[in-house]
Formats: sequence, structure tokens, C-alpha cells
Amino acid sequence: MTQSDQNKVSMRRAPDILFPLVLAALLLGAWEGAIHYWQVPHYVLPAPSAIAHALCANFGSLMESLGSTLAVTLQAFAASTILGVATAIAFTQSRLIERTLYPYAVILQVTPVVAIAPLILIWVGFERINLALVIVATIVAFFPILAGATLGLKSADFNLLDLARLHGASRLQILWRIRLPTALPYLLSGMKTAGGLALIGAVVAEFVAGSGTATGLAWRIVESGNRLEIATLFAALALLAFTGVMIFAALSLLEWTLLRRWHESALGEAT
Amino acid sequence: MTLLSLSAVAKRFSNGTQALRDLSFTVAPGEFVSLLGPSGCGKSTALRLAANLLAPDSGAITFPTGKPEIGFVFQEPTLMPWADALANARLPLDLQNAPRGQANDRAASALARVGLAGFERALPRELSGGMRMRVSLARALVARPKLLLLDEPFAALDEITRAQLGDDLLRLWREDGLTILFVTHSVSESAFLSQRVLVMTPRPGTITADIALDTDLARTRDGRLSPATIEAQRAISAALNGAGALV
Repeated sequence: MTQSDQNKVSMRRAPDILFPLVLAALLLGAWEGAIHYWQVPHYVLPAPSAIAHALCANFGSLMESLGSTLAVTLQAFAASTILGVATAIAFTQSRLIERTLYPYAVILQVTPVVAIAPLILIWVGFERINLALVIVATIVAFFPILAGATLGLKSADFNLLDLARLHGASRLQILWRIRLPTALPYLLSGMKTAGGLALIGAVVAEFVAGSGTATGLAWRIVESGNRLEIATLFAALALLAFTGVMIFAALSLLEWTLLRRWHESALGEAT
Repeated sequence: MTLLSLSAVAKRFSNGTQALRDLSFTVAPGEFVSLLGPSGCGKSTALRLAANLLAPDSGAITFPTGKPEIGFVFQEPTLMPWADALANARLPLDLQNAPRGQANDRAASALARVGLAGFERALPRELSGGMRMRVSLARALVARPKLLLLDEPFAALDEITRAQLGDDLLRLWREDGLTILFVTHSVSESAFLSQRVLVMTPRPGTITADIALDTDLARTRDGRLSPATIEAQRAISAALNGAGALV
């Protein structure tokens, strides 16, 4: 691709960024105007300017809370990725393991995590609150990784597997050279879903953990709500949304980097 | 001398289909043998049995002079889409844990032998259908096989590409002293390429005719249209007709 082609591509893609930003500016302006026009009380709905002010005023403490939530999210995401891939590998190595464990994976997935979070908090103990939060968020994020990795590992070309066996490949070689690369696009798709779910899991876990123990953004939302500091609540909410978008963007970038040369899903962007 | 021998081989699939019944034939070292028959007559199954990718229900598959190194080419190129041509051609050596440098050299020379010098870094999606099949052929040759098994390798290609690859296959067969078992449903392909054509009946597959062709047939540029080739096609067609395969 030449430089001018690249410029053309970025020109064509500029609306993807520009148009949503224009819409955001219009909506925020209308919101600001409406608040002032109808004199809406700040404890019902604060103006965007008030939210920005709250964000600046509480910036240090909000960042600390963000760090806390983000740490739980990332740990849970890493744990669910490792556990999900490991379980998927076990599934593809043995039908017996798959048949035995799969129903439990489904039960774990369909049980509302809010319902089991209190149990986990009690069992792990409030003195290890961080571990409890990570476990809850891991359970939420685990399933899409498992489902994606299992489907991917099973999608390997049968003829390619036959060829490998013909040349005396071991199970480990087949896994490493054929099954895992085949599974990569499926796994990355699962990871994109799991990234958002890990954040949701972390927030839910903080809500359940309640006062005094958790220090993340979810707790700031509860606290601000109780004190009718709605502007701070909105600031925390905006930070959560921003974090979710950043996680998604980072994983999309990872996906594009790993797949752009060979996988159909990413080729549209490269050529 | 016999390199490969199938005697009274039968194979039934789990869905109940009797794919092969009483299949017996031998292949001598250095021979180019075609296994010809209509779709679904069990040719591919026979090839997979020979490669030990399937086990027969009864009968025996033996290699009287010892099990040779086997190369296998599928109907589809069956390449790893994430790996470049060199890494794809190198796969059999990688699986044998050959030293990387040596494996790279051998894979590069295998690619050069199928006319793909300079395409080592190309990914499968960047190559044409014919070139992908060439990578597949290089991969089959890289481990220096004695026996090359090909399962309708050119069926999905256009006629011009198919003819070029056929010529290349003959050249490689001569240069390496390969033994080739070539599954095809093309009468003209089998007549031009092989020294012997084994004609199979439809399901359950078994051999109805074993036609030896003029081995000194000059396979020049117009060899495909030479009187001997045309005559061979006529004989093969007649055998297929006798087998009830042609309407």
C-alpha cells in the first residue's frame, strides 16, 4: 500500500470518529441547555459542566477508585483467559473430560452471578476482599473464553490433522502448531466479549461487597448516590464507560495486530 | 518387487456404507499408478488406508520392503493460512524436530523445485489456486518420500494449470525415482500420467480392470494428444463402461 492509498483509507475512515464526536457535542450541548432552561435541580440531573467540575474536583480519589476497579478487572480477565483456554484444551484432549465438565461450565454461566457473589464473599472472607472480587469477575468473564477457545480448537482442518499424524506428530505438536493457531480468531472474539464482562463482574462484585471494604468506582457510585452527589456519580459512571471502551479498543487492536495478515475477519481493514 | 500391497481389503463406515469390498492391488517401486473411478467409489478411502490414516475392517495393507516415507497431497491445498509458503512446506520437518536452519534450506529447495522460488514469504491467501497446490506438493516432497499418495490433487484447478502441474509431477517422479499412487476421476489425466491404471467400480469399491499403458510413451508437449494417449483413453473408457460407471 502506498502512502497516498493510506491517506485515502484514513480519509474514508475519518467519519467513523468524526460523526460520533459531532453527535456527542450536539447531545451534550442540548443537555446543558435543557438543564439551564428548565432549572433542573442538580441532585436530579446535573449539567455536563457540573459533571466535568465534579470529575476535576474529585480527580485524585476517582482515579484511585478507577485503579482499584481496573486492577480487579484486569486480574479477572487474565484469570478467565488462562482458565478458559486451559479448560478448552482439556476438553479437546478428552471427550470424557468434556462430557463430565461441560454441564458445570454451563451452570456456572447461567447462574446469575449476583446470586452467588455474597457466598463467595463470605467464603473468601472480607479480609481478602480483593481476591473475592477477582473470583466473582472471573466467573462472569470465563464462559465466552471457554466457548470461543473450544470452538476454535475443534475447528482445525481435518486433513491438516491427518497430515500431521501421517508425519508422526505428537498431541502437543498438533495442539501447538495447528489447533492453537486455528483457534486464535475464535479466542480473540471470546476475549473481546470477556473484557467487557470482566468489568461488569468487577462492578457487580463491588456492589455486593458493600460499604467500607471495596474502594472501586462501583462503590463510589453507591456512595455518591447516598449523598445525593449526582454529579460525582455521573463522573464515576463516565469513567466506567470510558474504561469499558478502552478495554474493547485495546482488544480490537490486539485482534487486528495478530490476524491482519491472514484471517478474513481482519483483511477488510488491511487491504 | 512390491512396495505397497493391499489384499482383500474391506472398509465399512460407521454410517453403514460399505466403501470398499475385496480390494486387492500391488504397486511396484518406481511405478506411477492411477486409481480411477467415479465419485464415491472409495478411491480416497483406499488412499487413506494406504497411508494408515484409516484402518481396514478386514484384509491387509503391507509394505514388503519396509514402510517407506510417505508424502500425501489432498484435493484441497490444505495449507495453514497463518503460515507463509516456507513454513507450510517445512511442516513435516518441523514435526520431526529437524534443526530449523536445515529445515528452512530443504523447504526452500522443495519450493524451488515446484517453481515457487521467491515466494517463500507469501501467505496462502496471496497465492493463486495453482500456486497453493504447488506449496502442498512441495510440502509432500520435503521429507523426501519414497511413496507419494495424491488424492485428486488437481481436480479443483482450471485445465491449463492442471496440465502444467501434471507435467511438473511427471518431472519430479522421474528426477526422484518416486513411486506414485494417484487418485483421479479424469480418464485423460490417468491416461497421460500413469504407467498403470486401476479402474474401480462404484460402491462398494473394488478393482475391475488393471490396464498397463505404454511406459515408453513419449510425454512431450503434445503427448496428451499423441495417438498412444488417445488409444489409452479409449481402453480406460471401455473398462469404465464395463464397470457400469459411464452412462
